Amino acid sequence: MNDAAATVVAQGLRKTFVGPDGNRFAAIDDVSLTVRAGELTALVGPDGAGKTTLIRMMAGLLKPDAGSLQVLGIDLTRDPQAVQDRISYMPQRFGLYEDLSVQENLTLYADLHGVPQAERRERFARMLEMTDLARFTERPAGKLSGGMKQKLGLACTLVRSPDLLILDEPSVGVDPLSRRDLWKIVQQLVHEEKLSVIVSTAYMDEAERCGQVFVFNRGRMLADGAPAKLRAWAHGVTFTARPPEAMPARELQARLIDRPELIIDAVPSGGSVRFIRRAGEDEKQLNEMLHDAPFAPRPEELEDAFMMLLRQAEDKDTKAAAKPAYEAPRVAAVSSNGANCQPVIVVRDLVRKFGDFMAVASTSFEVARGEIFGLLGPNGAGKTTTFRMLCGLLPATSGHLEVAGRNLRTARAEARGRIGYVSQKFALYGNLSVRENLEFFGGAYGLRGKALKARVAASLEQFDLEPSAQSGILPAGYKQRLAMATGLLHEPDILFLDEPTSGIDPLARRAFWRTITALAKSGVTIIVTTHFMEEAEYCDRIAIQDAGKVLALGTPHQVREQAGAASVMDMNSAFIAIVEQSRAQRETKGGAA
Amino acid sequence: MNASGFTTRLVALTRKETRQMLRDRSNLVVGLLLPVALILLFGYGLSFDVKNARLTVVLEDSSPTARQTVVGLQGSPYLAPVWVRTMDEAERLIRAGKTDAILRVPGDFSRQLADGNGRVQLLLNGVDSNTASTIEGYVSGALSTPVLQQADRTGNKSARAATIVIVQRTWFNEAGESTWYLVPGLIVLVMTLIGAFLTSMLIAREWERGTLESLFVTPVRPLELVLAKLAPYVVIGAIDLIMCLLAAKYLFQVPMRGSLMLIIGSSLLYLMVSLALGLFISGAMRNQFAASQMALLASFMPAMMLSGFIFDLRNVPVVIQVVSQALPATHYMSIIKTLFMAGDIWPDILRSCGILTLYALMLVAATRRKLGKTLE
Repeated sequence: MNDAAATVVAQGLRKTFVGPDGNRFAAIDDVSLTVRAGELTALVGPDGAGKTTLIRMMAGLLKPDAGSLQVLGIDLTRDPQAVQDRISYMPQRFGLYEDLSVQENLTLYADLHGVPQAERRERFARMLEMTDLARFTERPAGKLSGGMKQKLGLACTLVRSPDLLILDEPSVGVDPLSRRDLWKIVQQLVHEEKLSVIVSTAYMDEAERCGQVFVFNRGRMLADGAPAKLRAWAHGVTFTARPPEAMPARELQARLIDRPELIIDAVPSGGSVRFIRRAGEDEKQLNEMLHDAPFAPRPEELEDAFMMLLRQAEDKDTKAAAKPAYEAPRVAAVSSNGANCQPVIVVRDLVRKFGDFMAVASTSFEVARGEIFGLLGPNGAGKTTTFRMLCGLLPATSGHLEVAGRNLRTARAEARGRIGYVSQKFALYGNLSVRENLEFFGGAYGLRGKALKARVAASLEQFDLEPSAQSGILPAGYKQRLAMATGLLHEPDILFLDEPTSGIDPLARRAFWRTITALAKSGVTIIVTTHFMEEAEYCDRIAIQDAGKVLALGTPHQVREQAGAASVMDMNSAFIAIVEQSRAQRETKGGAA
Repeated sequence: MNASGFTTRLVALTRKETRQMLRDRSNLVVGLLLPVALILLFGYGLSFDVKNARLTVVLEDSSPTARQTVVGLQGSPYLAPVWVRTMDEAERLIRAGKTDAILRVPGDFSRQLADGNGRVQLLLNGVDSNTASTIEGYVSGALSTPVLQQADRTGNKSARAATIVIVQRTWFNEAGESTWYLVPGLIVLVMTLIGAFLTSMLIAREWERGTLESLFVTPVRPLELVLAKLAPYVVIGAIDLIMCLLAAKYLFQVPMRGSLMLIIGSSLLYLMVSLALGLFISGAMRNQFAASQMALLASFMPAMMLSGFIFDLRNVPVVIQVVSQALPATHYMSIIKTLFMAGDIWPDILRSCGILTLYALMLVAATRRKLGKTLE
């Protein structure tokens, strides 16, 4: 292997940690790879795949337990400082000093990297222009929005042109607009300066832009190669099915994903369902299952190949476990007496101010019984504030707010008894067992005695939970099931879910949404916030918020039309288009005033 | 190139630390206002001196000799005697907590005194034993003088022979003013405080916010990080030291019998130890809350309790003596008290300064290791 052409060469790399349960596990297990210089390289994989561990080893921050690792031709175990002198690295949390201004952060990193004064002025100007931060040089980094922080973090690592740039999940928790801007900058630099970049990501559309992709799962490398090569894996097994009239796409999706022996993956998209079938399986059975839904082949994408790889790895790991992870909970069907007639949530002219700051401006919408309603928006758009007001956690400044027929101003406690809430961080007591958690939350909702026992037993059964397991050491997907179970103990009419799918892998996300669609079918109304735009496709209706205002409200199809027709457009692009339109309008209005 | 890189980075990091320190109000409150509050509190608010102690006198003997004996109780700023007739009444007062001590002059006092056997009874409220023993000292002082005078005047040889008179004189702190030893001790506390409360946050905060991770992947060396974090707080410590010294000299008139340069020099040395200890704890804990708790337990509390600030170390069990000898604060306390009260006693000062220097070097080296550019 020619060292000049390779930035990173790893051989049999292994790294273990002590897990929360006290046992050692391999975060990176026997990984060998060669990263080519002068292009973009992606490390992809679900959370917990070992991407961050691998990246930290490349940056000399962690020592491998076994194997060899060379970066820029230098043996990392022998001289990490020599590598650190030449590379730039942006950790997941950007590494900015929040109490220092934008300019002070830039200057600090320029000093630390020893950038000569003469080069500096030009480089700073270029970075500030690319990141569009020139207007904010005096602002403390802590007062920037999430997207701006991320751009500043990138600018700080690029105060000089490094021999290798390493970015650890730069787009995590960042809205689609900022994500797109960031990639523009990185691609421009790769193009202009022949920069070598290694980036880890959970987004396949980002991996698609890279020259080389390494796919990881649970510490092992599943595949590697150019996106086109990986994509070819899924050739001939990708299809789109159109649900019959009046059937929501998610119902067809549920039907497909419930047949893992035939179907590898299925997601609702643009009113249809995209699915991957298992190659070589009986054509007849597929036709039978989709007798009312015409389906046609579609071009394969990297995402398809990725899902196939993950499913394959999963199948290997859980060969014994017959039960599919996403089995629908057995929820008693609620008689639909007058469903959809009476809205269960009514919001009219809702306003919330924090001092002078308008967090939510005059928002109105209604949610019908059994609906899945999604709140989407960039960071700081007012999603969380709206959400908290709906749950009765935060009083509104003005406006009318009715939940389950109760006015939240006058009967907040009563309304709260009718809702379930699953917070982003799953408010569970880690050192209590699953059963103890359920019993505690049941008690908190006013259940006791026999009723509590019965509900706990039903929840354990419904969500397939192990009662004696300690909650703190459960895997993320399992924790999330437990959190859902606690939120549903008192059989609420409405379930609030705040970013329920962040931090769990794609397979667990499919299982999660399967549960949600089943719940909605049984009559529970679901309000959910998410930053995965494709998850909007599971919703009956969505609201897109930006800067406190609702920009779009309606079915995913209506929102896509508002974004500029074209039903082929994915939710991500629709979202970007809508937010951009509104920002452009605001600016022209601001200019005119 | 290497040397100039070191300087550039050190300057850049120091500037960053200084900015962060100045922008966080709570730093300045703890670093500058808390010492002022402590100076005022210890100088004015707290003292072990007892003034206007409430003493109830039961004079059962009304002879002139007896009166003459207790006359010395009056007119002293330390005692506020109250006269009652019967012992019953006095006992009621002490039980109600309205008096600190009872002095009973029995009915046959003057007769016994003439026989050279004069006895009075002093009952002390032992709830606060410190106050009780202080009052005991006051009363016996106030009583002994007239007795001696009496003996002189009457030429009663037998009285003189029967009484063993201790002539007391306290050296180094002639007036027995507690501020004289509280204020030097306070300087030790203030120097400890900056390390315990301010530097103990510094590395832990960078761990928590994830900034250390990106700092590590730069040409920065661990020693540069340690030095840059110490620098701004040395300045704060120096300001505090000057405030303490000014207060000691002008507010409380504490004597400084040793040389000022030695006081300042040894204080700066201890300041380094204290700051480095805080940094070390911060680096070892990696969590601001745990670090501040640990610093309080490992640095500030022992400096207060075990350094000889309040309790005399010669009277404590061997185990605690061993612990206290292991504390840098104990050695600094001994230097600073010697310098204030006694003067430049070189052998002691050199020994203690040697120990402090060792501590400073060890802690900086240990902190440097803790910042060893790894996340493990």
